[in-house]
Amino acid sequence: MSVRSAAPRLPRLRPMTVAGYALLIIVAAFYLLPIYVLLVTSLKSFTEVSHTTPWQLPAAPTLEPYAAAIEKLLPNFINTVELVVPATLLSALLGSLNGYVLSKWRFRGADLLFTLLLFGMFIPYQSILIPLVLTLQKIGLYGGIPGLVLVHVVYGIPICTLIFRNYYAAIPNEVLEAARIDGATVLGIYRRILIPLSIPGFVVVLIWQFTSIWNEFLFALVIVSDPDQQPITVALNSLAGSLLAQYQIQMAGALLTALPPLVIYILLGRYFIRGLLAGSLKG
Amino acid sequence: MATSGTAARERLPSGGRSLRHFSWDSLTPFLLIAPSVILIAVFVYGFIGYTAYVSTTKWYGINPDYTSVGLQQYTDLFGLPRFQADLTNTVEFTILFLFGCIVLGFGAAILLDQKLRGTIFFQNVFLFPLAISFIVTGTVWRWMLNPNTGINMLFEQAHLGFLKSPWLADTHTALYGVVIAATWQMSGFCMAMFLAGLRGIPDELREAARVDGASELQGFLRVILPLMRPITLSAVIILGHISLKIFDLIVAMTNGGPGYATDMPGFYMFTATFRQNLYGRGAAIAMVLLFLVALLIVPYLVWSMRQEVER
Repeated sequence: MSVRSAAPRLPRLRPMTVAGYALLIIVAAFYLLPIYVLLVTSLKSFTEVSHTTPWQLPAAPTLEPYAAAIEKLLPNFINTVELVVPATLLSALLGSLNGYVLSKWRFRGADLLFTLLLFGMFIPYQSILIPLVLTLQKIGLYGGIPGLVLVHVVYGIPICTLIFRNYYAAIPNEVLEAARIDGATVLGIYRRILIPLSIPGFVVVLIWQFTSIWNEFLFALVIVSDPDQQPITVALNSLAGSLLAQYQIQMAGALLTALPPLVIYILLGRYFIRGLLAGSLKG
Repeated sequence: MATSGTAARERLPSGGRSLRHFSWDSLTPFLLIAPSVILIAVFVYGFIGYTAYVSTTKWYGINPDYTSVGLQQYTDLFGLPRFQADLTNTVEFTILFLFGCIVLGFGAAILLDQKLRGTIFFQNVFLFPLAISFIVTGTVWRWMLNPNTGINMLFEQAHLGFLKSPWLADTHTALYGVVIAATWQMSGFCMAMFLAGLRGIPDELREAARVDGASELQGFLRVILPLMRPITLSAVIILGHISLKIFDLIVAMTNGGPGYATDMPGFYMFTATFRQNLYGRGAAIAMVLLFLVALLIVPYLVWSMRQEVER
């Protein structure tokens, strides 16, 4: 107290503050080290990679690893875009409809139904893979991006519903009742009242689904076997297997794979964290 | 106690539901969620049932063979050294991973809660790995944990040679390598949860602890720490179930090796089913894995639902 009134707002360097920064920097180094290694390695030539350690800066920086990685991974990058865009939009739409019904038109057993839906987001997908593959083969969606879109939409329902349900719960029921008295239909209320109010909810869900589907690996690996059709995570993993010692290309490929979610995180991190914490059911 | 809230909610649909005002519109809510409910019923519950069924058949090879063998797949499975290694690995991995994430996450959250300048920057640094694919994480850490060129060289240069380790190349240390990479990726999640919890503590409560004559440390131990208990439980459940399901990181870093040192049920299920065509066995592994996850998740879901009803 006395410090604040006496000294004109100069931050005093307390030992605790110094220790705090020192610890923060040590922890930050642990998180940033892999990014440093990735960047530095991806700018080296093959000969330099095999003769230096990952920690040294490149003596002769080159963009060749990026050219090689882009040549190998660009088709898969496009596959992932073609997967992520429709799957994300459809999940958001379904999640928003479910969230609306489950928060505003509660019927007997709605809580139980919701809990049963939520269980779907925690299951290990191994426990549904065998019938999933058989079903996709039967309906002709096995082996390509459309099948993966379906899979991600279906298994995205629980988390998207959860986020929207918690989001809509904050909208007062009186607003809906007023519209109801004016003769608005269930869908009318959704279109004219809920949708305009749910932009931030949509942003959270779209970012969450975009990131999760972009990064997903198990479904992509099992459902798409043709290398030309595979999403980028699977292609990156195969790249690492086929170019064992070519770490510079692997690192350039890793950066290419990580880039879209990272850019979104940097631009819209706030919303990403909200989606993340929604996963712990607290909303 | 919960009546006022429930009554307010009930009022809405009942207007449409009463007979006099019956309209097709009152069915709309059910029509709107019907597609999702059907999809989840089939793709989650129906498929789990089907996997359970496959796990009681002798199906191996590419063509389905539904000859019943009872629980034979399970007894065989628990007798396999590989699966026994999987179970031990999962337990060891989960304990170390949870410990790492909670200690690092809670430590980072306390540091960030000090309202130091630049907190936002550090917060973002701790969180960005969450936005990255496990495959990317695995690719980079495999390079860092290469015993000849990776992090070992850094230790040597820093005169910390005693920290050198064969990492992924040795059966005794490979699992630790995977734990480090997984902790790097997921500890930010713990940090975010704890930080949200710490910031939710009202200042009056902290002041009260101090006025009581408690020292800063005592206040922390007596007031703050107990408040973190439910968050720790949530973190254990969420990260625990992620840990049980770990798959991507294993593929990207070790493929379960060397030997079975980093093999996990999720990875073995994939190999058994889609590489060795042992469908019955794969289904049995999947059911064991589901059972382990359900042990963690079902009580948590039931608890969440109860809280919801009380609200």
